[in-house]
Amino acid sequence: METLLALAIGVVIATSVYLFLSRDLPRMLLGFVLLGNGVNLAILLTGRIGPMAPALIADGADTLAAHTANPLPQALILTAIVIGFGLTAFALMLALQAWRRFGTLDAESLDDAEHIDAATLSELPGAGSALPNGGGHDSPPAGPRTGRAGGQATTATGRELFAPAAAGLPREDAQ
Amino acid sequence: MSVHVLIVSPLLVPLFAAASCALFWRRPAVQPWISLAASGVLLLVALRLLLLTADGTILVAQMGDWPAPFGISLVIDIFAAIMLAITGLMALAVGIYSLGPGRAGRDRAGFHPLYHSLLLGVCGSFVTGDLFNLYVWFEVMLIASFGLLVLDRSREQLDGGIRYVMLNLIGTTLFLASIALLYGMTGTLNMADLARVVPDLDNRGAVLAVALLLLVAFGAKAAVFPLFNWLPASYHTASMPVVAIFAALLTKVGVYAILRVYTLLFSGDTGWLGPIFTVIAIGTMVIGVLGAAAHYDVRKILSFHIISQIGYMLIGLALMTPLAIAGSILYIVHHIVVKANLFLLAGAIRQHGGSYALARLGGLWRTAPLLGLLFLIPALSLAGIPPLSGFWGKLAVIRASLDAQAWILAAAALVVGLLTLYSMIKIWNEAFWKAEPLPHPEAHWGRGERVAMYLPIVALAAITLTIGLYTEPFARLSIDAANQLLDRDAYIAAVLTSGAAP
Repeated sequence: METLLALAIGVVIATSVYLFLSRDLPRMLLGFVLLGNGVNLAILLTGRIGPMAPALIADGADTLAAHTANPLPQALILTAIVIGFGLTAFALMLALQAWRRFGTLDAESLDDAEHIDAATLSELPGAGSALPNGGGHDSPPAGPRTGRAGGQATTATGRELFAPAAAGLPREDAQ
Repeated sequence: MSVHVLIVSPLLVPLFAAASCALFWRRPAVQPWISLAASGVLLLVALRLLLLTADGTILVAQMGDWPAPFGISLVIDIFAAIMLAITGLMALAVGIYSLGPGRAGRDRAGFHPLYHSLLLGVCGSFVTGDLFNLYVWFEVMLIASFGLLVLDRSREQLDGGIRYVMLNLIGTTLFLASIALLYGMTGTLNMADLARVVPDLDNRGAVLAVALLLLVAFGAKAAVFPLFNWLPASYHTASMPVVAIFAALLTKVGVYAILRVYTLLFSGDTGWLGPIFTVIAIGTMVIGVLGAAAHYDVRKILSFHIISQIGYMLIGLALMTPLAIAGSILYIVHHIVVKANLFLLAGAIRQHGGSYALARLGGLWRTAPLLGLLFLIPALSLAGIPPLSGFWGKLAVIRASLDAQAWILAAAALVVGLLTLYSMIKIWNEAFWKAEPLPHPEAHWGRGERVAMYLPIVALAAITLTIGLYTEPFARLSIDAANQLLDRDAYIAAVLTSGAAP
């Protein structure tokens, strides 16, 4: 029984790792849910499975009888489930917001945070682009996410590698 | 007030503050005052705890009066008390700063309830003596930090938030997995009880696996090499008070957990531990400082410097000598004050100069000379220029490296210090010294906002100077804390014998 459960945990966690390797945000979230469940099962397993009797102290006795189930892992798992639920709910809301704002949930195309630095670099002496008012922080670019080939070395994709001229374009020019 | 209540109050105060602020959700004008009052009380409570523990007493409270290994123990030794005190200080400083420009939006978005939830998680992580409880506090801290990070709900924040959330979710789940394995091997999760049992386990391979899994989990939290990527990808997007408190406390909670767990549970396995921590410490220092050198956005530069400074704190674990650990603790204290102050200053630079981008900044030395002077204090301290606080922290860890004949470690620490100086001078030259590239309209901000912004900056700079010029008590306290950390038997005895009699 232990071996079977251990194998099942292995499969669950392997699946979650596979899902994490995806660039699709919902898949990654599913991976997180699976990972959490795999770990919860591991807690159950390490806390000794087999004895099924409820952990109740009989009348007149001071301690648990010998073959009762271990109640502590169950309490730990309950806590972990509640926490995992909260985190998943938050992450889902974040993904929903991202979908509404960006129109994509592909991890590769989500690079708004990096563009702050691109804006900075493009204004170094010699880049010669017009300066919009205010900091990059205050002027989030509007509009659809088409024509976003301009990127940074940190997120270089095949597309950019094959188009080195486009990769060097500062963000302002790409708009 | 009984000691028992005092031990619990670092949790009660932020909890009460978070709940009260949430209660006034529709009256955002009231929240900051509750928040500030609570931060002040937290600082007082923490200082009182520091006074009580300074002589080497370990304060223990058993929750629900369950005797030690069965219930949850709260344990405060010198190290925990130092961390609580510095947390209280940061809570107050950043709380005051949050009254500055941008206050209305933050207050409406729920900054204060989240802020105190974050402090609750941080304080909980410092005082708990139970590994699973530590996991719970980590999660409390994490979910509050999620909320704070995306407070403005801008595009950058959503994107940065996703990176931060995904990587931290994996990190804490790994922590939970290591807890499961440790519980399976020992049947206990009380840290003192674990410290008693773990060294005698026969299956050293499994202990090694758990130790490394914990290192990955805490290392991801502490942003050590090579698990640091989430930090520079997300921190710069948050609003300044939020980044300041993140930079001050979150990674340091990870470092605290590493120090606590590795001195208490795995200190017998120093053979393989030293080389691993040496590689991690050097990698963290070097990669962090090189990343900072490559960036031209004040927030990005400072974010990378958080990483590089974490490396110095790990030197203590690489060497495991009392002096090295004392150096790490002194370094943590110095770094929290200095790093938070630098981010507060970055907010002030943004307010005066209109941008975080070095290319857009300039001429601030003429328009805001006081800011220029105030910037120099934490900046030079971060680089380790004597007689500022960073010098003593670096001196202690480098001296310990030389004593242990860890030449590479010492050399890396020195070179990274030099490169840190380069980054700081880069910011100063670009933002303050060079001519203003384009005139920008003078920011309109009231006298009150100005005071709220400058007061914490001046206060933290004064503390940096104090640690630098009057180092003796801080160094003494760090050495006491380090000796206490290495004396596992005292910790075990204090926790397991306390509360035996109700």
